[in-house]
Amino acid sequence: MTTPAAHRPLIGARRMHLGDTTFRISLFAAGALVIIVLFSILAIMFAGGKLAFDTFGLGFITGTEWNPVTQIYGALPAITGTLMTAILALLIAWPIGFGIAFFLTETCPVKLRGPLGVAVELLAAIPSIVYGMWGFFVLAPFMAEYVQPWLTSTFIWIPPIPDTFYWFTAPPIGVGLITASLILAIMILPFIAATTRDVLLSTPQLLKDGAYAMGATRWEALTGVVIPAVRGSLFGAVFLGLGRALGETMAVVFVIGNAIRMPDSLMAPSATIASVVANSFPEAEPGTLDLAVLLALGFILFVVSFGVLAIARLLLRQERMS
Amino acid sequence: MLNLFARRISGAIGLVAALLALAAGQAAAQDITGAGATFPAPIYSSWGEDYAKAGGARLNYQALGSGAGVTQIINRTVDFGASDSPVATERLQKEQLLQFPAVIGAVVVVVNVPGVDGTKIRLTGDLLGEIYVGRVRLWNDAKIVALNPHLKMPGIPISPAYRADSSGTTSIFTKYLASVSPIFKERTGAGNSVAWRTGLGAPGNAGVAAAVKNIKGGIGYVEFAYAAENGMQALQLSNGSGKFVSPSVSGFMDAAAHADWANAKDMAASMLNMPGDTSWPIVSATYILVPRNPKDPARTVRVLKYIDWSFRNGAATADRLHYIMLPPEVQDVVRQQWATLTDRGTPLWPAK
Amino acid sequence: MKQLSPASRARYFRRQLVDRVMSGLCMVAAGVGLVLLGLILWMLFSNGIGGLKLSVFTNSMAQPGAEGGLANAIVGSLIQVGLGATIGAPLGMMVGVYLSEVGKESKFASVVRFVNDILLSAPSVLIGLFVYQIAVAPMGGFSGFAGALSLALIAMPIVARTTEDILRLVPQAYRDGAVALGSRENEVVRKVVLPAAFSGILTGVLLAVARIAGETAPLLFTSLGNTNWSTDLTQPMASLPIAIYRYAGSPYPEWVSLAWTGAMLITVGVLVLNILSRFSHAAVAGKSQG
Repeated sequence: MTTPAAHRPLIGARRMHLGDTTFRISLFAAGALVIIVLFSILAIMFAGGKLAFDTFGLGFITGTEWNPVTQIYGALPAITGTLMTAILALLIAWPIGFGIAFFLTETCPVKLRGPLGVAVELLAAIPSIVYGMWGFFVLAPFMAEYVQPWLTSTFIWIPPIPDTFYWFTAPPIGVGLITASLILAIMILPFIAATTRDVLLSTPQLLKDGAYAMGATRWEALTGVVIPAVRGSLFGAVFLGLGRALGETMAVVFVIGNAIRMPDSLMAPSATIASVVANSFPEAEPGTLDLAVLLALGFILFVVSFGVLAIARLLLRQERMS
Repeated sequence: MLNLFARRISGAIGLVAALLALAAGQAAAQDITGAGATFPAPIYSSWGEDYAKAGGARLNYQALGSGAGVTQIINRTVDFGASDSPVATERLQKEQLLQFPAVIGAVVVVVNVPGVDGTKIRLTGDLLGEIYVGRVRLWNDAKIVALNPHLKMPGIPISPAYRADSSGTTSIFTKYLASVSPIFKERTGAGNSVAWRTGLGAPGNAGVAAAVKNIKGGIGYVEFAYAAENGMQALQLSNGSGKFVSPSVSGFMDAAAHADWANAKDMAASMLNMPGDTSWPIVSATYILVPRNPKDPARTVRVLKYIDWSFRNGAATADRLHYIMLPPEVQDVVRQQWATLTDRGTPLWPAK
Repeated sequence: MKQLSPASRARYFRRQLVDRVMSGLCMVAAGVGLVLLGLILWMLFSNGIGGLKLSVFTNSMAQPGAEGGLANAIVGSLIQVGLGATIGAPLGMMVGVYLSEVGKESKFASVVRFVNDILLSAPSVLIGLFVYQIAVAPMGGFSGFAGALSLALIAMPIVARTTEDILRLVPQAYRDGAVALGSRENEVVRKVVLPAAFSGILTGVLLAVARIAGETAPLLFTSLGNTNWSTDLTQPMASLPIAIYRYAGSPYPEWVSLAWTGAMLITVGVLVLNILSRFSHAAVAGKSQG
């Protein structure tokens, strides 16, 4: 197909023309705007949150107490909740997303591939508030009634960390870390599936044919030849999903349980940075510490997602270039 | 083909431009603007709709939250501000604001204890505080059983639910708990959002109610309107006279009648934990703020007229939405306060 | 197969079994995705269809008991999404054109491409906070314009990405031909490359519109919501997602019912947009192959 290398210079030695100059300048400006937006977000968040960093120092990140009444704000519970839900979501979504991608590229009847792929991708189009309502009114009661009691009795043998973490032993209240992770998993599933499918499709057919010629089964061709060839991109897909899960807001607000405390089990109600910001914002007055801590939280979230997404893009980009 | 793209794009832009032109033309003058508390937003808007239908000015009320309501009226960007918590006297003086109560709301406590009729369960405020800090963790705790010898309390954990979004409802509920439960005051305190020591947060009234409904052993607080509209069973609480009462409109009015309006600074009379035979303990007024030195006195008069009309004609709507009107004598106290507003010596509201 | 030793045969069957089991599991995974989609749509329809009346489209939000609708929220969403796309889409197209036709593999273009990909996945709640800081706080109030601006910032990277991808599919021969006929660079792009990629770019715009139509978190901080009919861009403006959020948590059953109907409407709208965009995409893919 048309690879970047196939693009040849448009205008050899011809002199630049006024129209072309304005054309180039305006396009260049649009490109620069993208970079300006990114850095303004970082700068504005940091400036707005500076009061919080000045007041609490490093304690803002390591503090476990979040108390609007006493005006003591430590973000560790929200950071913990954000990372735990995102990583758990990934652990749930990755195998399924990978399975879908393999099915769509290899074993699915060709006629079904298109519609099935579209259906899975439509999952990504559903607004997150709808996921929130579904999670809260349908999934949470189901979790409380069936899944959580089962998890508790099945994993009772995992030794707890006394007074700190009890894994799956907690009252079955439906909402909490596990439920939020499940909702997030469903939401990032289409991204992982679509990215993984694209990666699998980008593998040269020759590689696979070679494996088949040696008598490999489809699964063996995948694990033995395809995966090693595109490992970086597959990890890229995973990080892309992680980046999505970190910042999801409205769906999480409904099912996380909104408790800004250190979670003491995987089923405990918790909070994420995004959920805290959305919940606390309406009563945070401009110029106060209340608003500054929310912007500081935003800054932390942006830095973390920036890192994760950067890794994802670098991993995915590598393959695209080679 | 050549200019196809440009033509289609300009077509799309033209369509949007037409939409925007429509938007600009529609920007009609708003007659009264108000902003603030979310708790009374339904009643303010509904009164506004009724008032406009009756020929009054049109109201545009924005439920920004109490804090933002106070900020907006201080900046004079709205005609009135609304706050669930009364503003401190010094701040009112510094910012030249008059504060008065507009309507009364109540918060009730709903439970889901399997096998037990929720309306029969009795709790004291102190015990409720202990539940919400996580000191009392089981429904068959000796303290609960002692208050409810007539009920067979199961030994299941108590799951307290609270509002995840910062809200006036939370402010009223935590103020009540902080006033009756020393441990709650010490460990949690009062505010629009607080550091809950136990339990889970759900968005909005419906969220808290659904959480209680879905969780065996759940307990939560919702606006009376929510419980009434959805036929939820609310438990009994002890009031300032030590009597156990079920929430009822007459109980809310009783609480309002017992409040010390005459001596309350800036009319911020507390209605929490009032004495009386039927007084419900978690009742609170929500407040309106208007400037004492309005730039445009006519706008302030419009606000007063709207509230006056609502005091006179708003009872049916309040009843339907499950808010409680101020008692008539308190309405008169409010009107007397209006009479202290002047524009170059002329009172904005006739003193009676 | 007759020549195979028993051990080889056993291994052969084991390998076949692993292949079948794993393929089966993958099929199950695809089934899980479909079932989830079905479950969510079913919930929306079972809760939302009952409230679907003409008044939903003709009346604004009203007090409980009155015949309220979502007209102001629907129009507010249309205005904000329309304006957001009007600002964001052309900017995104310009970025896409820059990346594909001018910047290409230059250092600067690589940085722009990278940053654009990051913005593409940046948490939308942060875009809302950002616009709150730059547009709402300084201007002293929530406004429909601030809402549209936040949506524009979300739409821009999506359009940029799809535009670049689709322009790369335009055969190089088109450009060479135009240059050979004496076209200047900007003419080549405006009159040859862009028209050839029109439906592909439209796909990107439709996808971006679908994405921003369902956004709630950024609007919470920018246009806030409004219970009245208001099309004034300087004032708080209603939107469907915010109306759903507020009504879903409200005390009054008729409001909760409207929230479900609104959720159904917006989901159907977004899904239809997605499917439409796929058709136009399929059309362009077919053309470039033919």
